Amino acid sequence: MKDRPALWMVLAAEDAGIPAGATLLDATSGNTGVAIALVGAARGHPVELCMPDRVSLERKRVARAFGATLTFTDPLEGTDGAILAAREKVAREPGRYVYLDQYANPANPLAHERTTGPEIWEQTGGRVTQFVAGVGTSGTVVGVSRALRPRGVRIVAVQPDDALHGIEGWKHMPTALRPAIWDESLADLHRVVSTEDALTMTRRLAREEGVFAGPSGGGAVAAAVSLAREQEGIIVVLIADGGDRYLSTPLWE
Amino acid sequence: MSVTVRLPGSLRDSVGGEAKLQASGATLDDVFADIERRHPGFRTRILDDAGGIRSYVNVYVGEDDARAGSGLATPVFDGAEIMVIPAMAGGR
Repeated sequence: MKDRPALWMVLAAEDAGIPAGATLLDATSGNTGVAIALVGAARGHPVELCMPDRVSLERKRVARAFGATLTFTDPLEGTDGAILAAREKVAREPGRYVYLDQYANPANPLAHERTTGPEIWEQTGGRVTQFVAGVGTSGTVVGVSRALRPRGVRIVAVQPDDALHGIEGWKHMPTALRPAIWDESLADLHRVVSTEDALTMTRRLAREEGVFAGPSGGGAVAAAVSLAREQEGIIVVLIADGGDRYLSTPLWE
Repeated sequence: MSVTVRLPGSLRDSVGGEAKLQASGATLDDVFADIERRHPGFRTRILDDAGGIRSYVNVYVGEDDARAGSGLATPVFDGAEIMVIPAMAGGR
């Protein structure tokens, strides 16, 4: 799923003009970084990613397999530390980088507004009534909201319940660097999920449904299940992270 | 034993915004209890209801992962650096 915003951001950069030899740069907790590395490889652009030195081994290896250069940042500073490191790189060598900045790039939500949202509408035959997704950059919630809210779909944004959490890719907005694209008014309902509940649901999805998701997917489904106990409707929940990116972690032990 | 405890950004609100604390104790449990005395509520952020280290929190004493050792009973040495790091996907 993250290949969508990655592709749209790279295409927007190409439209704006990428100087010859410039490197695409972004800060990432992993999945979008892997997608940017993939798109960069396919389109012939060097890619450099700043990520906290705590992301799963699979992310590091897959991003490197696509040829990306990785800069690891202090794990104590989390994704916000990676964002600050990327900003410093651009400030030091502005001519060397094209900073995609997924947290502020309008092409990120636009990808979901033009693809994910309309596809959900078409694939449910227009019957979708609620859409549930976690908030990281917020691109998914913002883009799908713009596409589906005018059609009467209620948008549910989900965050971790604590600043200290283990749901890779999600942000605890009250304490994190606020993404410039985030607009909480685009969600009708804001929910929180504990890391314990997200991990429990992630394992249940695999064992009971045959869905091999990552923790953020489990967290989103946990929120959707909670919602379904309170409200009727056709609830669509987005699982943005695959379980195979966590095979080296205790998640599946 | 006197030790230095380094905390992630997501925990600093529980200790008055500090990124690094001095604390004392013979074990990790003692060290966290020492911090708890000065900053009530700190332990509940990193320990679960059963009193163990939360599954998504990693604690290192020097280079050693406390979960792989004796958990909260892990002895600390004078001058040790203890790091508390959020762990993606259930630790390690």
